[in-house]
Amino acid sequence: MVSAATSRLEGLRGGAIDAGTATVVLFLLGAAIFLLVGCLQSTAFAQFTIQGLAVGSVYGSLALALVLIYRATHVINFAQGELALLTTYIAWELMQHGLSYWEAFAATLAIAFALGTALQVTVIRPVQHRSVIAVVIVTVGLFILIDGIVDWIWGSTFKFMDSPFGTASFDVGGVQIQHLYVGMLVVVFVSVLLVWALFRFTKLGLGMRAAALRPSAAALVGVRVESMLAIGWGLAAVLGAVAGLMAEPSQLFLTPSLMQPILVYAFAAAVLGGLESPAGALIGGLLIGVTLTLIAGYQPHIGSFRITPELQTPLAFAVILLILLVKPSGLFGRREVRRV
Amino acid sequence: MKRQIPALASLVVVAAVLVILPFILSDYNISLVAQVGIFFIGVLGLNILTGYTGQISIGHGAFMAIGGYTTAVMSRDHHTNFVVTMLLAFAICFVVGLLVGLPALRLSGVYLALVTFALAVSVPLLPLKWSKFLGGTGGVASYNPPSHLWVYTAAWACSAILLVLAWLILRGRVGRAFRAVRDSEIAAVASGVELPVYKTLAFGISAAYAGVAGSLFVLAANGFAQPTEFGVFLSLQLLVGAAVAGLGSLWGILAGAAFVGLLPTVSSSVPVIGSAHGRNVVFGVAVILVMLVLPDGFAGLLARIRRLARA
Repeated sequence: MVSAATSRLEGLRGGAIDAGTATVVLFLLGAAIFLLVGCLQSTAFAQFTIQGLAVGSVYGSLALALVLIYRATHVINFAQGELALLTTYIAWELMQHGLSYWEAFAATLAIAFALGTALQVTVIRPVQHRSVIAVVIVTVGLFILIDGIVDWIWGSTFKFMDSPFGTASFDVGGVQIQHLYVGMLVVVFVSVLLVWALFRFTKLGLGMRAAALRPSAAALVGVRVESMLAIGWGLAAVLGAVAGLMAEPSQLFLTPSLMQPILVYAFAAAVLGGLESPAGALIGGLLIGVTLTLIAGYQPHIGSFRITPELQTPLAFAVILLILLVKPSGLFGRREVRRV
Repeated sequence: MKRQIPALASLVVVAAVLVILPFILSDYNISLVAQVGIFFIGVLGLNILTGYTGQISIGHGAFMAIGGYTTAVMSRDHHTNFVVTMLLAFAICFVVGLLVGLPALRLSGVYLALVTFALAVSVPLLPLKWSKFLGGTGGVASYNPPSHLWVYTAAWACSAILLVLAWLILRGRVGRAFRAVRDSEIAAVASGVELPVYKTLAFGISAAYAGVAGSLFVLAANGFAQPTEFGVFLSLQLLVGAAVAGLGSLWGILAGAAFVGLLPTVSSSVPVIGSAHGRNVVFGVAVILVMLVLPDGFAGLLARIRRLARA
């Protein structure tokens, strides 16, 4: 991620800006200007934008979890959303036993890490070298299993969690900004920064990057590749847990189907950013969040055809399809070169 | 020819059992075996795509939804004969499958899995948007739904016809092209296989199969087409069925269909975890175990037994 940024910077210094990078920068700049002008023009627009950024950070966090695993093993974990759901229910259960929100939060992240690592070691590792289809089917099995466990233990009735940020809001020039949204953004960005720092500044992180980039070369210089992959799954589960915990207050209650649409939005975010790019996943998440919230808020129409909230998920599907057809590498990914 | 005899004999035995079953089973059990027949068609279709052409789909429940709604809507509005609606479902899903196959041309592996997963989540939401035509959350009720025995007969008759059709397609030129695409796209193109034609064709055929399965699926549910019945779970079931059956072989499909068609229902009556709640736990554990123990599914197991018998 960092090396890509520096090489891009060097490219700029050398005066060689390729057309793809320029288009992406222009696109992001255009989006930022559009949002800024909109926010200055209308308070409703500003409120939708902030809400969109907050839910977008949740999508981004889950997308980042997917990207971490994709970078290491070139496989998508279809159970990532359900895993996040399970950990959110665990947090709810812990709070029923008298833990405060933040105690439960910390405990849940630890449990998520252990769970992610354990799953990689027990069920993913044995099929990892077989084929993409085999790994996908095992993650599908995990999806069904975790869904079953949640339904079995907690049932399908709604569960309520008190929002850790209260229901108050700031007033900035007439725009009401809920504490909740600010809190969501802060929590997600702090956790992402911590994960980034782990990858960037620690020896463990260096080992993980090496294991993902060149597994055999990393093994030759003494990196324990298998352990690194297991830790990667653990970290992905932690990011997923953050996403689940932050998604819960914005959706108001906890149900077994909470994470399904969010997983599709996270897919859209990851694809938009380029499946290889962690920064791309986050920016993709924010873009998807803002776009969907604005559309849900204004319900634009073409003729008599109005885009109502039921169409949000189909819209995310359309976004995924469109990006993969027009620019399969996403905004920040590099084009894949296949060897014959 | 001599080697074909045990295979033909086993087919005759299965067919004979299926003919006798309705005379000895209760009405409820007939509906269960009909369910297996419906999944047989769906898993068969998905195996043509994933097993023979190597394209993963986690979205075939979406095609089942399209087929099912075709039957229900035609029956509600025009009182169309159910056999005709099944043919319609086949045709419509074939066309939709070709359309989905077009973008799938440029996607492979996990990307295709991603897109089809999103398709599976999206399609069941469409009836909520066009609730007047597609019935919203309440669903669409067919006119004069058929009996369990009718569905049983139709499901297994369709299974037989579609199995023969699949065998005819896969044994010849088209089947060889499919397998070439699966093993190496580049090598296939170099040998003169037209990638766009065969990849979209595989998508169309397998979607058409899923459409017929969806049509029967609705008829089995007393003619009710409801969005909740066509959720992601259905798509996952089909993929799991194809994996359990063994990708790239037609021999295990009955086992795969029985696995996904019966296990969720049967496991509801398992003593320890009882009730409907535990059923996905059993299902999920079973899927993972099968993948760990039988990498090539049931067909792989059969092949191993055959090799042992010959040695």
